[in-house]
Amino acid sequence: MNLLVFLIPIALFLGCLGLAAFIWSLRNGQFDDLDGAAERILDDD
Amino acid sequence: MTCCSASLVPSSAALKHRLDHERLLAASQPIPGGGMQTDLIVPSMHCVGCIRTIERGLLDVPGVTNARANLSTKRVAVHWQPRTDQPINFLEVLAGLGFEASLFDLKDVSTSARQTGRQLLICLAVAGFAAANIMLLSVSVWSGADAETAQLFQLISGLIAVPASLFAGRPFFTSALAALRNRRLNMDVPISLAVLLALAMSVHESLVGQHETYFDASVTLLFFLLIGRYLDHMMRERAHSAVLQLSRLVPSGAIRMDADGTQSYVSVSELAEGDKILVAAGERVPVDSCVLDGFSDLDRALVTGESTSVSAVPGLEIESGVLNLSGPLTLRVSRSADKSFVAEVVSMMEAAEHSKSGYVRIADRAARIYAPVVHILAAASFAGWMIATGGDWHTSIYVSIAVLIITCPCALGLAVPIAQVVATNRLYRSGIMVKDGAALEKLAEVDTGVFDKTGTLTLGTPHISVIEGGSKTDRALAGMLASLSSHPAAKAVAGIAENRSGLLVSDVTEHAGFGLAAVWKNKPVRLGRRDWVAQITTHHAAALKHDQSEVCFAVAGGELVSFRLSDTLRADAVPTIAALRAAGLDLEILSGDADAPVQVVAAQLGISKARSRLKPADKVMRIEELQRRGHKVLYAGDGLNDAPALSAAHVSIAPASGSDIGRASSDLVFTGKGLGSIMTALSVAQRTSSIVRQNFALAIGYNCIAIPFAVLGHVTPLIAAIAMSASSIAVVSNSLRLNLVKHAEYPQSPKVEAITPMPIERQPSAQTSGETAQ
Repeated sequence: MNLLVFLIPIALFLGCLGLAAFIWSLRNGQFDDLDGAAERILDDD
Repeated sequence: MTCCSASLVPSSAALKHRLDHERLLAASQPIPGGGMQTDLIVPSMHCVGCIRTIERGLLDVPGVTNARANLSTKRVAVHWQPRTDQPINFLEVLAGLGFEASLFDLKDVSTSARQTGRQLLICLAVAGFAAANIMLLSVSVWSGADAETAQLFQLISGLIAVPASLFAGRPFFTSALAALRNRRLNMDVPISLAVLLALAMSVHESLVGQHETYFDASVTLLFFLLIGRYLDHMMRERAHSAVLQLSRLVPSGAIRMDADGTQSYVSVSELAEGDKILVAAGERVPVDSCVLDGFSDLDRALVTGESTSVSAVPGLEIESGVLNLSGPLTLRVSRSADKSFVAEVVSMMEAAEHSKSGYVRIADRAARIYAPVVHILAAASFAGWMIATGGDWHTSIYVSIAVLIITCPCALGLAVPIAQVVATNRLYRSGIMVKDGAALEKLAEVDTGVFDKTGTLTLGTPHISVIEGGSKTDRALAGMLASLSSHPAAKAVAGIAENRSGLLVSDVTEHAGFGLAAVWKNKPVRLGRRDWVAQITTHHAAALKHDQSEVCFAVAGGELVSFRLSDTLRADAVPTIAALRAAGLDLEILSGDADAPVQVVAAQLGISKARSRLKPADKVMRIEELQRRGHKVLYAGDGLNDAPALSAAHVSIAPASGSDIGRASSDLVFTGKGLGSIMTALSVAQRTSSIVRQNFALAIGYNCIAIPFAVLGHVTPLIAAIAMSASSIAVVSNSLRLNLVKHAEYPQSPKVEAITPMPIERQPSAQTSGETAQ
């Protein structure tokens, strides 16, 4: 039980971090060109 | 250039150059921090090699500060600093790299649609995050955590669920409010009610220490429904941007010559009656006007449906949208833009759109029946439990909320969008763009097919049908000479396959309105109008009559070669028409062209009902007549003159090569040269319609089983969660079947499948008697 007091906030915090990262990348335009991103990785230089 | 009218009209190339520059400036927008941004559309970009070539090529242009290609939208955003010393032409740069490109007017994009998409995605992410975390906590409650832990977990669930649902549910709440304000019910009303009531009740339950909370159900419900909502949005957005990528028909501006001889680029709306404007070869006429000076040929195929070109001579009246083919023209504006032919067509289109009764989509039709049933059922179970328990408020409310949650149209909300998204994707891969889901629903209902001729059944560009006279060398020379011109008739002649090796012509000049002249082995040669070419042949007296559907060629003193041109049928028109007839459609041709060519096409296709020389209003009248008799009409057309008919018809399809107004008013747009797309679209639409019905049956069947349990008070949050997920998964998997089955049944090439008869059972509609071919 005592352990849960730490674990649950940590789990939620990490989840929120992921959500914030997603929203940031969406606003930053990283989801605008998914086809292009998939191809650009093949560019050598 | 030995142009006949060099006095007034500047050279076509210089004029074009200037127009290009003005258009670039008009399509660009200043960006913060100085400089301009221009968006270019490059449809042929498809891999990393293309991206690299385009970006590097553009960065090499002096003045360009940044170039970023977007492969999903096939657009390139270029940031550049305007320089006075050197005009920039990105289109030429890209053409040099081997990419055909066009300017994308940034004013065309509504940023609001993209904002909506992002907002939905953020809501979806929040709902997904909340659903995952709450589910984690709920599982331990369901598997029997002790009372203290269970309450703590429920309180934490509530802390996540309440803000998350209020945030992620906004798309549903606003839509439900809007519906209620108009005194209507849509699917969003029971959804919002279920989510809000479940939240309220669960908050109360968790505070008083009860185990039965529905936090997980309300958040998961939103998560599933948001997926459906986002897919629906994505489908419309993609069709919209794909249509925007196609070129515009009527130019946005023109070069005006003022009385003092100065020339300036003005937007179309500024042109007034009596203004003098210059139109270069290869440009479309911006407003209705009259030819003042210059000789050229005009292509009216997109405007009136006429398949042969017309000679432009001083005094001729031209409608806006007509393509100027061979020489620069000076025109006097006879009607301003708002009174021009295009504007007339647009207002006719709006009238047709207005008179068409509003189509109610299948999901809304279902909601009209479903929503009242759900609400009455919930109210009835509340009343029933009040009586049965002798006034136990708590239990009664609890049961009625359980009924609301269990009947909540989770699967119903997914049933339609999922099937339509899968179908749209399937069609997109075959080069067919669907404007929205309603288009698919309407297409599945059609029983009559009405076609425009020029540009729809036919390709809309001339091809050689007969060659008379001339030796092999003559024909090869004609082909060689023709390849130097961009006139459509010349392009057709250039297509003849003769061995041209060793043939060299020099001193090529283009005579606007007449043809091409050159020198071969010190002898003049000519390609063009019959009377003009005949001047250099031996027996020209016999051949003076000029005919627009013919191109002639001769070497001085030699024999006259005649190339007869005709508009050819699309490659798979015959099998497609046969398949459509086999599918039970009543077929008809409505054309603006002359009788003879229409009759030829009708005979080739075996269509008995064909009408010719129709004005846009006549086409609309005919379609409305058919629809008054209860027919559901599919109209396929491409031109400006088809636009009103496209809006009037129950559902419409246009080729991507058509006019932009025609495309904008049609429900489906197909790229590619084959008519088979129409058959593919029809079959997929009919399959989608049956899949949607199956989905409804699945969703309603699940409700029929679950509702009695809920009404009798046997539903626990665990059962609700399992039932909801199971029905959603069933609906999604059933829709995906649309994709799998279609692949086997319809190979990628629309040409092949058009020949296969379609296994569609449909009673042929009653043949209307008394209609004779005209």
